[in-house]
Amino acid sequence: MIGIGRFGRMLLIGVPFFWLALFFLLPLWIVVKISLAESVIGIPPYTPLVTHGVSGLKFHATLANFALLVHDQLYLRAYFGSLGNAAVATVLCLLLGYPIAYAIARTRGRRRQVLLFLVMLPFWTSFLIRVYAWIAILAPNGILNELLTGLGLISEPLPLLNNQFSVELGLVYSYLPFMILPVYGSLSALDESLLEAAADLGARPVPVFFEVILPLTVPGIAAGSLLVLIPAIGEFVIPDLLGGPDTLMIGKVLWDEFFNNRDWPVASAVTVVLVAVLAIPILFAQRFLERGRIA
Amino acid sequence: MALLEIVGASKHFGATAAVDGVSLSVERGDFFALLGPSGCGKTTLLRVIAGFETPDRGHILIDGIDVTASPPYARPVNMMFQSYALFPHMDVAANIAFGLRQEGMDRRRIAGRVDEMLALVQMAGYERRRPHELSGGQRQRVALARSLAKMPKLLLLDEPLAALDRKLRAETRLELIGIQERIGTTFLVVTHDQEEALSMASRVSVMNRGRLVQTGAPSEIYDRPNSRFVADFVGEINLFEGELTAEFNSLALAVAGLEKLVPLPPGANLPSGVAVTVAVRPEKMRLYRVSPTGFAVPATVSSVVYMGGGSIIHLLTGGGRTLKACLAGTAVGSFARDEAIWVGWSAEDSIVLSE
Repeated sequence: MIGIGRFGRMLLIGVPFFWLALFFLLPLWIVVKISLAESVIGIPPYTPLVTHGVSGLKFHATLANFALLVHDQLYLRAYFGSLGNAAVATVLCLLLGYPIAYAIARTRGRRRQVLLFLVMLPFWTSFLIRVYAWIAILAPNGILNELLTGLGLISEPLPLLNNQFSVELGLVYSYLPFMILPVYGSLSALDESLLEAAADLGARPVPVFFEVILPLTVPGIAAGSLLVLIPAIGEFVIPDLLGGPDTLMIGKVLWDEFFNNRDWPVASAVTVVLVAVLAIPILFAQRFLERGRIA
Repeated sequence: MALLEIVGASKHFGATAAVDGVSLSVERGDFFALLGPSGCGKTTLLRVIAGFETPDRGHILIDGIDVTASPPYARPVNMMFQSYALFPHMDVAANIAFGLRQEGMDRRRIAGRVDEMLALVQMAGYERRRPHELSGGQRQRVALARSLAKMPKLLLLDEPLAALDRKLRAETRLELIGIQERIGTTFLVVTHDQEEALSMASRVSVMNRGRLVQTGAPSEIYDRPNSRFVADFVGEINLFEGELTAEFNSLALAVAGLEKLVPLPPGANLPSGVAVTVAVRPEKMRLYRVSPTGFAVPATVSSVVYMGGGSIIHLLTGGGRTLKACLAGTAVGSFARDEAIWVGWSAEDSIVLSE
C-alpha cells in the first residue's frame, strides 16, 4: 500500500463515489420516486410521495404504473422489440467487426494507424447528422434508389427506409466502432508465438482460429458486445429517424410517454425497468471480463 | 541419409541476410547445437526449418522429403519456443494434448500419451494446472512435453534454458540430455551460450552473420577452432596477432607488445611473412616465479579473480599486453597483485589461425 493515509484513501474513493451519488444515484432516486406516483394535470405532473396532513405525514405510493407495464402488451412488446433489435445488431456488429479488427491487427506500422483512424473518423461528425444522412441515402427518392433505378436494375424504388431493415442498418452502422475497438485491443495483445505454436503442433488455420484465437479474445468480444448491446437497447434517435410505424423500441415509447402523453410516472416506471434489465447483462459481462483477466 | 538436410538456404529481411547460404546436415539421433551470438541468424534458421519463414533460396529436406514449401502444420517437426508459448486458456493436459487432437487421435490414446509425457518430464499430478499457476521451470517441462507429445522426427529447441536461473539451468541441461538419450529423438537446439552447446550437444555448428563458420564435435570446436571468430566466441582465449618470421630452422611469430618471438606448434606449414594469429586457452598458460628454460615472457599480476574451483589471473606484459591465465585448485593463493612473474606456454598447446 502506498502511504497515502486514511484521509487520502477516503478522498480517492470519495470523489468518484460523490460523483456517482450526485449524477447517477440522485437522478435515479428521483425517477424511482416519480414511478411510484400518479399522473395529474399540473406542475409537476405527478402526485407527491409524501404529504403533510392533519394526521401527520402520509405516503402515497402505488405500483399501478408497474402493473400497467405488465398488463399492457405494448410495453412488453417494446421491451422485447428493443432487446431483439439490439441483440441482432450486436451479433451483426460482431460478425462484421471481428474480421475488420482481425485485419487491422494483422497490419503493421503506419497502415495500422491509418485504419484505426478510419474506424474512429465517424465520431468527428455528430451522431444525429450521420443518422440523418442515412435518410438521404435510403429514402424512396434517395441516393441508393436513384442509383439503382438509373442503372436500370430496378423499375420502382425499394422500401429501404422506415422499416426493420433501416433500424438494424442504423444500429449496426452507429455501433460498429464500439465492437471493433475492444476486439482489436484483445487481438493485438495476442502473443504471436501462441499462433505459431498451434500451427507447429499441426493445427490448420481454421482450428487455430477456433481453438486459440477466439477463446483468447473472449474478453474483447464481451466488452464490445456490452458496448453495443446496452446503448442499442435504449436507443431513441435511430428508431425515431429510421424506424417505421411498426418499429417498437423502448426508447421511443419512453419519449412518447414523457413528451406526447406527459405521463411522467409511467415513463419513469419504464425507465426503472429498463435500468434493471440493463444491469443484468452488465453484471454478467463484468464476471466474464474478470475471468478473462485472470486467464 | 541425414534426417535433416539444409541445402544452400538463404533468408533476407530487407537488405540484410539473416541466413546466408547455409548448408547443413543433421544425422538421426544427433543432439545438434546451433551456436552463435545474438543476431547471427540462428533463430531465423530454426524458424525456416519449422516453416514459419520461407527461405528466399535453398531447400529443406526432412527424412529425404523436400518440405521447403510445406506449411508448419504439415512438417514432421515440433518446436519448443523460447517463451514456451503455452496456451494460457488450457490446462497442462490440454496443452500437451493439443497436437494429438489435431491428428485426430482417439481420446483414450491421447490420455495415455499425456500421462506418458508428464511422467517423462516428471510433472505427473499437474494435469489440471493452468500455465500461470506453474513456476518457470515447470512451464519449461510442460513446453518440452507438449513438443514431444507427437513424437516428432526432429525437435527444435529455441534457447530452451535461457529463461531459467543458473542452478536450474545446469540441472535441466542434464535432464534434456537424459530425455534425448531415452527417446532417441533428434534434437536441434539453438543457443548463444557456448557452455550449454559444448556440454549438451554431440555436434555443434557455430554461426556468425548468417553463415556457418565451423561444424564439429564440441571438443573439436573448442580445441581446434578454425577461425578467430570461433576461437574468441567459444570459451576464453588469448590471441596473438603477428607476422611469421624465420628463426633457426623453424618459424616463430613476432607479436607487438611481446619481447620474445612466439613459438609455433610443430607442423604449422605456413610461408614466412604471412600474418597469422596464435591462440592459447587461459588454462594452458603456465606461470613461473623465475625465468623457466622454455618460452616465457615477464609480466606483472594485475588482478586475481577467485572463482571457487580455481582462479583467473589477469596479467600485464612489459610491452603493455593483457593476458588471461586460468589456474585450477589451491596453487593460486601464492600469486599476489603487482607481483612480477613469468608467463609462458608450450607450443603444442597453441592454435594457429590464419583467418
